[in-house]
Amino acid sequence: MSEIIAAILIGIGVLFNLFGCIGLVRFPDVYTRLQAATKCVTLGTCLTLGGAAVYGFAGGFGALGMKSLLCIGFLVITAPTAAHALARGAYKYGVKLKEPTVVDLYQQVEPQPTSIEDEETETA
Amino acid sequence: MRRIAIFIVAYLLWCGLAWPYDQNHIAADGTGTAWDTGSLLLGLGVALLVAILFGGALTNKPKNLFNPLHIFWVIVYLPVFFYYCIKANLQVVYLVLHPDMPIKPGIVKVKTKLTSESGVTALANSITLTPGTLTVDVINDNELYVHWLVVESAEEDKATEIIVNRFEYFLEKIFD
Amino acid sequence: MSSFEVFLYVGIVVLMISIYLCMYRISRGPTAPDRTVAIDILGVILVSFCAVMAIITKRDFYITLAIAWALLAFIGTVGLSKYLEGRGFDE
Repeated sequence: MSEIIAAILIGIGVLFNLFGCIGLVRFPDVYTRLQAATKCVTLGTCLTLGGAAVYGFAGGFGALGMKSLLCIGFLVITAPTAAHALARGAYKYGVKLKEPTVVDLYQQVEPQPTSIEDEETETA
Repeated sequence: MRRIAIFIVAYLLWCGLAWPYDQNHIAADGTGTAWDTGSLLLGLGVALLVAILFGGALTNKPKNLFNPLHIFWVIVYLPVFFYYCIKANLQVVYLVLHPDMPIKPGIVKVKTKLTSESGVTALANSITLTPGTLTVDVINDNELYVHWLVVESAEEDKATEIIVNRFEYFLEKIFD
Repeated sequence: MSSFEVFLYVGIVVLMISIYLCMYRISRGPTAPDRTVAIDILGVILVSFCAVMAIITKRDFYITLAIAWALLAFIGTVGLSKYLEGRGFDE
């Protein structure tokens, strides 16, 4: 029974990770990529660790379960902070908001530096 | 008081990480104990060291940590937060998988009534993990600039109503 | 091999695909912040990878690794974004 719950949690988590990475590739600019990736990948990883915790507590590996729960706590605190720092760093670095953007009120208080040319590399 | 709070939190964290309880330590004839006493004592020493060295710098309101009312509101807040988190993820997955990507991004400005630093931090982190929003910067301790994946309103008041109000009520109870 | 283990190996394959997509974003850019975002996300996905590995091998060692990796990746990301912001670490 515990294996079924763990399998469901891990399956959903892994799929969320995959969708987050598809968003990372498909979205047009840094900020939207950051949104898709941070949200989906954080929740996906938390669910995977939750599956590990269920498996650990039910299967007699107390240490595995407890460490998974602690790791969830660390992730929920650190992931949004890192995303926040990256968004501000990207804005001050000079990355423009791309085409479908409708409004930018942050421009009033923090004028962006001159545009940085896209350093498009043709290696893949 | 502050150092005692840090000591208790550090010791609980040590116990979680080291997990000194293991059934396998009991010998086959029933002798021995499941508790790893060496690890527990080492944890006491390390937690004491942390409390003495860094206890002064880590928290402003140590009493809030053990106030039952605050703990109750944290427990009430978690399911609310989890609900919005799941909703946000389903929305983002829908946007990612939609062939045309119906996004309308922009940076809007919202205001908060929270005063304490940790309260604003918790609000910014909650906003980042919930529907289509990402905090970019905090100015003057109460103005948040938020990147919104699908902008519904660029006006300050309406945006505040949509983004901030669903968390502010709980966070006010927890941190103020 | 039980069906649960087969399921876990399938999960590892899906995580490998996610890591490949991250690698694509790291190699193509186009700007430095894009690469930093992809590196940060790669770190979080590796934590997920560690969790699945811990269940397969039944050792809590991997979760310890995951905790250390998550904290180090966080510090690295904050450092990189401060560098992108173009000022010192002392603010």
